[in-house]
Amino acid sequence: MSGASDQPLERRSLSTGIVGESINEVTRKVPLGEPPPWPANAQLQIVGKDVPRMDALDKVTGRARYTFDVQLPGMLFARTLNSTVPHARIKSIDTSRAEKSPGVRAVHVLERLIMAAELRDPGDEAKEPYPIVRFTGQPIAAVAATTARAAEAALALIEVEYEPIPHVTELEDAMEPDSPPVFPGPTEQQATAGGGGAAKGLPQKGNLRGPSKGGTRGEIERGFKEADVIVEGEYRTQVQTHTPLEPHGVVAEWRDEELTIYASTQHVMSVRDEAAQIFDLPKEKIRAISDYTGGGFGAKYGIGNYGTLAVHLSRKARAPVRLVLDRREEHVCVGNRPSSLQRLKIGAKRDGSLTAIELHSFGTGGVAAGAGVGMCHHSMYPCANVNIEHYDVFTNAGPCAAFRGPGQAQGIFAFEQAIDAVADRLGIDPIALRDKIDTRDADDVRARAVERRIGAEKIVWTRRRAPGSDSGPIKRGIGMAQSMWPYIVNSYTTCELRIAGDGTVEAFCGTQDIGTGTRTVFAQVVAEELGLRAEDIRIHVGDSRFPPGPPSGGSRVTSSLTPAARNAAHSAARDIANRVAPLLSANADDLVFRNGRIEHRSDPKTSLGFAEALRRAEIETLVHRADRRDDYEGYARKAGELNISPHAIGGVQFAEVCVDTQTGVVKVERMVAVHDCGRPINPKLVESQILGGVVQGVSYALYEDRRLDAPTGVQLNTNIDQYKIVGSRETPQIEVHLIELLGGQSSTDARGVAEPANVATAAAIANAFFNATGKRIYTLPMTPANVLAALRAE
Amino acid sequence: MSVATHRPRGHEQLGTFGPEPQPLSLHINGEARTALADPATTLVEFLRDALGLTGTKIGCDRGACSACTVWIDGEVAASCMTLAFDVRERNITTIEGLSAEGELHPVQRAFIEHDALQCGFCTPGMVMSCARLVDTNPDCTLEDVKTAVSGHLCRCGTYPNIFKATLAAAASRSGKAK
Repeated sequence: MSGASDQPLERRSLSTGIVGESINEVTRKVPLGEPPPWPANAQLQIVGKDVPRMDALDKVTGRARYTFDVQLPGMLFARTLNSTVPHARIKSIDTSRAEKSPGVRAVHVLERLIMAAELRDPGDEAKEPYPIVRFTGQPIAAVAATTARAAEAALALIEVEYEPIPHVTELEDAMEPDSPPVFPGPTEQQATAGGGGAAKGLPQKGNLRGPSKGGTRGEIERGFKEADVIVEGEYRTQVQTHTPLEPHGVVAEWRDEELTIYASTQHVMSVRDEAAQIFDLPKEKIRAISDYTGGGFGAKYGIGNYGTLAVHLSRKARAPVRLVLDRREEHVCVGNRPSSLQRLKIGAKRDGSLTAIELHSFGTGGVAAGAGVGMCHHSMYPCANVNIEHYDVFTNAGPCAAFRGPGQAQGIFAFEQAIDAVADRLGIDPIALRDKIDTRDADDVRARAVERRIGAEKIVWTRRRAPGSDSGPIKRGIGMAQSMWPYIVNSYTTCELRIAGDGTVEAFCGTQDIGTGTRTVFAQVVAEELGLRAEDIRIHVGDSRFPPGPPSGGSRVTSSLTPAARNAAHSAARDIANRVAPLLSANADDLVFRNGRIEHRSDPKTSLGFAEALRRAEIETLVHRADRRDDYEGYARKAGELNISPHAIGGVQFAEVCVDTQTGVVKVERMVAVHDCGRPINPKLVESQILGGVVQGVSYALYEDRRLDAPTGVQLNTNIDQYKIVGSRETPQIEVHLIELLGGQSSTDARGVAEPANVATAAAIANAFFNATGKRIYTLPMTPANVLAALRAE
Repeated sequence: MSVATHRPRGHEQLGTFGPEPQPLSLHINGEARTALADPATTLVEFLRDALGLTGTKIGCDRGACSACTVWIDGEVAASCMTLAFDVRERNITTIEGLSAEGELHPVQRAFIEHDALQCGFCTPGMVMSCARLVDTNPDCTLEDVKTAVSGHLCRCGTYPNIFKATLAAAASRSGKAK
């Protein structure tokens, strides 16, 4: 791994700014040998163009093979036995009858539960024969059989003797001092490759773990004294489940020489690494493969409990084992977005400047910690006095996992409403207030300034009326909210190019394409350097045997992958130019790659076709590799392979809603989403991601709500006819506008967009709700019951 | 999407059978395909597990997401809610059979052009419903498209591009300029 710090540097002049707005030349130190900066997209051949998604043909014809579709000779089908009680000691498990059931080849009882928080000091629990059951639906054991039905039948024959322990499922009940404790002592939550985890060593009292105080600064009391207005509110957000269309699943094949795991995952390397740890195997003996993943949204990292069970079963049965969760297990066992209760108080001066921000927040991720509400409260707008206290609250419910914009979606729902409330109290237009206070020295701030202007034009902000202007029962309104998500770079990223003498170009990276278009942007960047078309590049991703690649989470693949890809391709092109130059009686520096040819910069007739040039130069195979170097200006924070830039990613969203005040039904009629992602490598695919972010945001704001039955801990809506997500009928009209921001930080200047596209949607809708009705909606989702309660309040 | 209802044919000859598997022959994509199946086997299980036709997906296994959509005698149907033995003597079309002689259906082409897919897991089902709409009603409106896919769920949120793609495919079929 290389980085700017250990490389010789040279000074470069770079163009930075927003294309079509203002571009400035800056001088920065860049690593020696870094490719020359690209001009704006308009001057490039392949990058910045709407190249069709490379795997679209396989997807529209049904040829794309997901983990769900992997069928191996002799493959067994596994099903999981899940706890029927919310909290218990398991006294005994008898699998003998299941083992003799027809078609059964192996049974395995889970030794250790992952994903959940773990006791700092296991104490007496270390002596337990089985993991303590802490939520209804917790995996206990699994059966592999010749058919899924035979496995299912055998599950019913496993006898589990429970010794119940009192339980609690609701956030506010669990916060009570006399609530049944979910854990008997303080806990720790390990991070996974997808993030998550929780600060180490925090105090824990009963079910309350915390406070964590990240972002706290200044003197909060003084801040409130300096304020001319103070707004306060108590905001609540619900638990949301990821609901990917392809459930979590693996096909595991244990052989003595190698363990192969086909996984529906956002990170093949995390599957390999977690399996290596659990099974005490060298990483080289494990191969994790994911050609296609049918949605993840943050929940698909690592091998998981189900994957662990599948590997054990495969080892016992000496046969490949398919273990794919059913829809019920998918809702309950493998992750969710934690709920939140945010008590938020903001002080501001008459001119709008913020003097104090105080947040007391609580969230439950069930048996897992990591229910924070993001960093917007303390990092979006300058404010000298900030006091933050966050508590994770344990409940007897399935563990949380990262979910598109973890924490930030909950946080922005509250925070951007509170900012809207400040504007209302001061009689300042909400956009004008943001113009006044959104002033950090960072790219996201500069982006949002432009995005507010574009969005206001597109939604026609000037027609926005005073709150609650409609006299009839149907009320319409417009609102906006701002997005912010860290610009993340994964340094452990390497791309390898293999160029064969016949002109075949293959590109390898151990990242994966989960539907975000990674294959396509990878190919575009390589093609741009080599003067080829994207479809000329054979892309290989989704295999842990390839060079290291980033996880598909945190909006970090394009920002991490594309500079490494460009640098590898650039170095290959220079190598080829040196070998081809004598054939053209030219200087290598004068040769350029375009339109499938290698030609003299000022004399295009002096040229050779790409493949012909390689053949004539007698090239057999060229291999070029490049790592993701550090951003030219470095990072604000580093944590292992994850680097966080001082520049964030912005975005501003506008919503137009219609509220039926008699029925409580809210309809989002139109959304305008204006976003930045550095240099957009493929605007069409970026637009698709933004559409998806908005649709999921509408779904979160209006419909989704995991409901547990308090006496039993059973989730009441575990299928998708009962757990409502947005369908075609609820999809609003969505307009996407994208700006091109050159940050002068890497050889491609690309950044991510998946999360910024999602985190502001619910807040924009809530602010439109206020504009429509004159009432704040403090509680998600905006179901008729919550809406009617909000309309009746005060 | 409307789920086609069927009056099972050929039960007369079948008599009582099961739970053991027995040979089942179905007309799939213009061919007779035979494999063993037990009476509880759904059409989607037969397609995927017995015949290896894995283009048809299962998202919920209870008719709520439409990822399993196929055509039965030209009508869209949820193959997870259809017993395999109930569709003998019917013509089944799956995503694998949609592109006649290797030529993509206009809806498939339009899905590619308009990027009407992301992770792609719901896509085969979506394509089957949209293709059926375009074949039967080339003058379809946005409302018609929304109705045709109203039973389909896409968690990536590709709906706006699905609407665009399907309307574009319909326009190309009805000879109208896009």
